[in-house]
Amino acid sequence: MNKESPTLPPMGTFGFLRYTWRQLTSMKTALILLFLLAIASVPGSIFPQRGNNPLLVNEWIAESPTFGPIFDAIGFFDVYSAPWFAAVYLLLFISLIGCVLPRTKVHWRAMFAPPPPAPRNLLRLPESMAFEVGAPANEVLARGRRYFSARRWRLLEADNSISAEKGFLRETGNLLFHFSLILILVAIAVGGLFGWKGNVIVREGQGFSNTLTQYDAWGGGRFTGASRLSPFSFALDNFKVDFDRSEAQRGAPSLFEADVTFRRAPGARVETARIEVNTPLEIDGAKVFLVGHGYAPHFIVRDLGGAVVFDDSVVFLPQDGNFTSTGVLKIPDSEPPLGIEGIFVPTVASNNLRGPISTFPGPDDPAVFMSAWRGDMGLDAGAPQSVYRLDTAAMEQIGIRALRPGQVWTLEDGSGSIELTGFERWASFQIAFDPGKEMALLGAILAMTGLMLSLFVRRRRVWIAVASTPEGVTVVEVAGLARIESADLPGELELIRAAVSDLSHTPSGKTVIDSTVVKE
Amino acid sequence: MNATDLAGASNAAVYASMSTLSVAMIAFAISFASGRRRTQQAQTQLPVFASIGSTAVLTRPEPKVPAEAEAGRIFANVGMSLTWLGFVLLFVGVVLRGVWAGRVPWGNMYEFSITSALGILGAFLIVSLRRDVRWLGLFIVIPTLLTLGLAVTVLYTEAAQLVPALKSYWLIIHVSAAIICSGAFTLAAATAGLSLVQSRSERRGRSVLAKVPSADKLRTLTYRVLAFAFPLWTFAVVAGAIWAENAWGRYWGWDPKETWAFITWVIYAAYLHARSTVGWRGDRASWVAIAGWGAFIINYFGVNIFINSLHSYSGV
Ligand code: HEM
Repeated sequence: MNKESPTLPPMGTFGFLRYTWRQLTSMKTALILLFLLAIASVPGSIFPQRGNNPLLVNEWIAESPTFGPIFDAIGFFDVYSAPWFAAVYLLLFISLIGCVLPRTKVHWRAMFAPPPPAPRNLLRLPESMAFEVGAPANEVLARGRRYFSARRWRLLEADNSISAEKGFLRETGNLLFHFSLILILVAIAVGGLFGWKGNVIVREGQGFSNTLTQYDAWGGGRFTGASRLSPFSFALDNFKVDFDRSEAQRGAPSLFEADVTFRRAPGARVETARIEVNTPLEIDGAKVFLVGHGYAPHFIVRDLGGAVVFDDSVVFLPQDGNFTSTGVLKIPDSEPPLGIEGIFVPTVASNNLRGPISTFPGPDDPAVFMSAWRGDMGLDAGAPQSVYRLDTAAMEQIGIRALRPGQVWTLEDGSGSIELTGFERWASFQIAFDPGKEMALLGAILAMTGLMLSLFVRRRRVWIAVASTPEGVTVVEVAGLARIESADLPGELELIRAAVSDLSHTPSGKTVIDSTVVKE
Repeated sequence: MNATDLAGASNAAVYASMSTLSVAMIAFAISFASGRRRTQQAQTQLPVFASIGSTAVLTRPEPKVPAEAEAGRIFANVGMSLTWLGFVLLFVGVVLRGVWAGRVPWGNMYEFSITSALGILGAFLIVSLRRDVRWLGLFIVIPTLLTLGLAVTVLYTEAAQLVPALKSYWLIIHVSAAIICSGAFTLAAATAGLSLVQSRSERRGRSVLAKVPSADKLRTLTYRVLAFAFPLWTFAVVAGAIWAENAWGRYWGWDPKETWAFITWVIYAAYLHARSTVGWRGDRASWVAIAGWGAFIINYFGVNIFINSLHSYSGV
């Protein structure tokens, strides 16, 4: 062997590529990439992520104008889709494939190869022993063979030795585990490319049909067309929610369920279902999850002459755990246009000093605090406007007022009146379709199976060698090798010794040389 | 028994367990300290224990155990017995808490913490049935007491109903696996830490911790515990993903809690790799095992308390 060869890589383009590939698929690289993956995941748990909470991200950036845009540029708000994050896990998986494929080939060959013949001096191995048996050599070997065959070891027999090997499932399990990781990655990719996810708010008594225009928010993978949306529809018939009144967890939700009627397709039979937090409704592979709820106060707006210009409930969005909720009522058709900003409070604070803030999420004492505006609300400007925000830049405030259900506010400028008739509830649903999730589950199950095999199966080799002495006894040497400490080889060797010795025939009946003696 | 009685009984059992464990800690500490000075002849200092010790020598055919080491062993045995007692008391406390709340006692951080403390003790006691790990007692009782101390002071909450997201049998599966892992990870971190101390003193040629096995043995023990805990943690994460799919419509969403579970998993995977990488086998692998435990603890305390997460059920 040339002395420099281990340190100097063979050069030339091909040599260099091969060198790089070897480095990439080495165990040390895998280790470092695993560390990198762990470190790269951290920022995503510290900074808000667009995928989970886009509003919080905008707030964060708005609050720190210097660092916000920098962090944004390096992807700290989209860590798990950032190129550097992808680079780490893709490199890891390339390394994984480059590592696992050759190992599969080696393992495949090894599975059909006989165990290696016995080394010449068995007692040199760290775990070994020698002893005398009264039976002839071939009888000892036969007993050894029976021992191994009964336990399904793989055997190689020679004239005066046996090689035996067991525990191939360890490596099989290890390979299965690593391949399953690839399967999980593919499943995630399939879900990302072909899946979709949308959110919609449905008021009690209202319905939803599964088309893009009906969603409040919708996101799909590159290969998801709107055509992939199955044509189901459902209506929220009844929504029940209850809150804890105990002192310790006052206000924590204790019940949360939505009764719906649905059709799998227009014209199909009507079915009913109850959707709860841990029990979504599944239709055509898409799942409908109950994710949130809130209040929708009901208003009747009349004009100067008393004619009704608006009569409906309006979705208000909760702002805190006690469901202090904000919303907007827009009546662009009245003359001049009327806009109302409101805060719905399900339970008014008894000391009204804190302003419109709720003290309990349940509707114990509901009220709406309103501020009415007239003027141009900017709807004609063409830019799409949020239904939850009123652009008051060009409007004039005409008054503020708090209403309890049943109360009427006659507007100060005499242009009409607003009545709060009561409130309804709404529920928000997330509807998700992930065609990769079964594959991911399969991958996870296979990975766990492989992992257990790989960690709990003991792989070991054992050799038995015999030699007859002139006195008519047989000297037996037994030795073993295992790659892990937990293999308990000494115990195994003891079992083999017991199996091949027939103690009644042993002249001296005692061990001649013991492994520990040999080593010392 | 009415609800207040149950609450009082549960708390009393937890406090009794803490007192018992504190005494166990002192016993382990004395035992540990006596092992350090094994070379000094100290028979005259501790005549009482020497005489008690001599009876033990009679039953055990071990030649010439120095009196002080013998005393250390007695203290270690006292520590073990008290640890068992503390475990039983804590078990009673956790069960009563569950009865009081009328559900599994895993609804908030106080309950997670007392159950995890039970998990740490349980992992240690199970291992102690199969091998002599009395030397490890001090390093198990200390984190257990810290966990319980945090639980009864900072994290204490009255029992309440579960929020709807937690009402699922996946809670039982997912959380019980995670709690067993918390015990095993803590155990492995303790042995990994000791192996670092031990390997340092072995390099210097003198053993500071005479009672403690060699660095090599400690590493093997660390590996065995983690080889058991890693598949279980994998299972806990997968069960959590299935549950998340059921509750929120996605099996993985990079919520901070999920992220740190993933980080913990990756670090322990790195540990298993390190064990078969040249140059990483010894102390470095032990450091990786400790880092994995660090990630687990960050997930447990840091994410529950400081980071706004879907999993914020802490109740504090
Ligand atoms: C996604 C990244 C990876 C993960 C999560 C991972 C995880 C694991 C785990 C948990 C084990 C221990 C279980 C066992 O002994 O079978 C393991 C073992 C192993 N991995 Fe990986 N691995 C990854 C990538 C790789 C890569 C890139 C290589 C090749 C360089 C590799 C090579 C090995 C080998 C050779 C073993 C067996 C170690 C032994 O015999 O103890 N792994 N891997």
